Amino acid sequence: MTKKFLLLLTAALVAVPAAAQDLGAPIPQDQQVESVAIEGDDDGPLRGTVTDESAWSDIGIAIPAFATDRDRPTPANEAGTGALGREVARVITANLRNNGLFKPVGPDSLPQPAFAQVRAPAYGTWSGQGAEMLVQGYVTARDDGRLVVGCYLYDVQLQQQLVREGWVVAPGDWRRAAHKCSDLIFSRLTGESPFFDSRIAYIAETGPKDRRVKRLAVMDSDGANHRFLTLGSATALTPRYSPDYSKILYLSYVDGNPRIYVYDIGTGKQTLVTENRNPTIAPRWSPDGKYILYSMAVAGNTDIYRVPATGGTSIKLTDNPGIDVGGSYSPDGSKIVFESDRSGSQQCYVMNADGSNQKRISFFGGRCATPEWSPRGDQIAFTRIAGDFNVAVMNTGGGGMRVLTKGWQDEAPTWAPNGRIIQFFRTERNTGRSGIWQVDLTGQNERRLPTPVDASDPAWGPIRP
Amino acid sequence: MNTKIATILLLSSAMGLAACSKKAPADIPPPPVDTTRPTTQPTPQVQPTGPAVGTQAHFAQAVGSSTTIYFETDRYNVDTQDAAALQAQAQYFARFPQVTFTIEGHADERGTREYNLALGERRANAAKAYLVSLGVDANRISVVSYGKERPVALASNESAWAQNRRAASVIIN
Repeated sequence: MTKKFLLLLTAALVAVPAAAQDLGAPIPQDQQVESVAIEGDDDGPLRGTVTDESAWSDIGIAIPAFATDRDRPTPANEAGTGALGREVARVITANLRNNGLFKPVGPDSLPQPAFAQVRAPAYGTWSGQGAEMLVQGYVTARDDGRLVVGCYLYDVQLQQQLVREGWVVAPGDWRRAAHKCSDLIFSRLTGESPFFDSRIAYIAETGPKDRRVKRLAVMDSDGANHRFLTLGSATALTPRYSPDYSKILYLSYVDGNPRIYVYDIGTGKQTLVTENRNPTIAPRWSPDGKYILYSMAVAGNTDIYRVPATGGTSIKLTDNPGIDVGGSYSPDGSKIVFESDRSGSQQCYVMNADGSNQKRISFFGGRCATPEWSPRGDQIAFTRIAGDFNVAVMNTGGGGMRVLTKGWQDEAPTWAPNGRIIQFFRTERNTGRSGIWQVDLTGQNERRLPTPVDASDPAWGPIRP
Repeated sequence: MNTKIATILLLSSAMGLAACSKKAPADIPPPPVDTTRPTTQPTPQVQPTGPAVGTQAHFAQAVGSSTTIYFETDRYNVDTQDAAALQAQAQYFARFPQVTFTIEGHADERGTREYNLALGERRANAAKAYLVSLGVDANRISVVSYGKERPVALASNESAWAQNRRAASVIIN
């Protein structure tokens, strides 16, 4: 196998003049969410688990409003911690229901437990309502203004607490506590890793098909806390959150040419990924955030390059007259799956992270584009082009291909942090209208994400630190 | 010479600012002619009231539909019809050596976004290489790919996609 490394001109990341950046105001950086010990029933070992996948979608989960010890107004919600407790339960209910995983019943059709009952459920009441599982919790305001949210999961049949956890959050981060609680319940009942407390970067689209305005935007995994990051005077495409959420890689036409920028969320400043006159596209992070992959066209020929995230020398990973583009690291950082038309049409290839040992893995009918390695490491999602465009998965050797969606043009899959759900964007025939959708690995549970305007290029970040 | 280069740079950066509202050339009627501005070079072939040299309208008037060449699905080769169009362009650029231009490469919507950006780049460079082989100075030609982001035909059918798989030469002025 020919392995050719081409050293490019060394270039430090160079700041771009602020006036030419198309950027809106920077958004506040993440606040810390702190775990806190909370009181609960510690009697005896847990007797039962509920990890049987065939059963868990049918579990009836009751999620009454979270209680409070003393109703106090908070900056998050002037109606007070009592009303906020109801909102928290609503967010958890929506999370569990929208992902097709459970059949939760929310606070608006359930009795509200008193504060004292959070740690000592009235099991008789809940079993009488047919609930198998019960989520209770509380919201209290501390004197320093921060909120404490406690989250408890009970097995109604066993009359036992399964798990509990508490968090201290800034009032503006109360939804994060609801997502943490959703993750706790999801993980305890399925044995899977969490994914609700995460964010999504994407491209917000407005305007007619031939003059589409495309802006960089971010939102929570459930569509809340939505923000536009660019103003729309320049086309923005293909964002990727850094693993620590401090930066976003994306493509912008802000200087008239397609180029990859590194946008620093805390400072609101952005830099070119590499100082070079050639167009750069398709940015990706390594799992540890230390490297950036990008694709660059030189005299019309596109190849894949790697550069340290802090700037420095780029290394050329592919060297082929075909279009080599994209790239997605395996979770351990040792391999990269990418797309190339070197065989005559778009197909998926795997190489070592240093560019060696490039091998085609897709040999089923149709084309393989935009491959993305699952965070679990066992699957690769991609756009399968066989007439229509659909999202499909295969194992890392290219076997076991399964098509998950049935749209006319479903494109660019991105994995949930736990590797169980895939988001993608769907474009409508003729109108060009686009939206973000998600589907689970069974292909059975598909839904559209709520976004304020049309949306494309979703990029799901990891569980928030 | 230096002054001329500086002027071109200034003008092209002004173009850059206006680029967002600029539509694909095949899609727009010729802009209203500014008769108050004298042409910088006398051109007997063009009527005095016609578009000024160095404008897209002037270029389009001279070469007709040959401002744009079209490609088969996923292809970027210059076929016979494309070659004829590029020869007409090359003659124009030989006659007006002060004119600089950008080749915009495009793809139809039936490709993935990033691949189409690379494909548009390939198409624009194929057109550039052909023009250079005909004697046009490579330094006069800029290249930019828009992938599938700027269609001129808006339907989702074969006819529209054929119109969108294109490399369009656009005068920088």
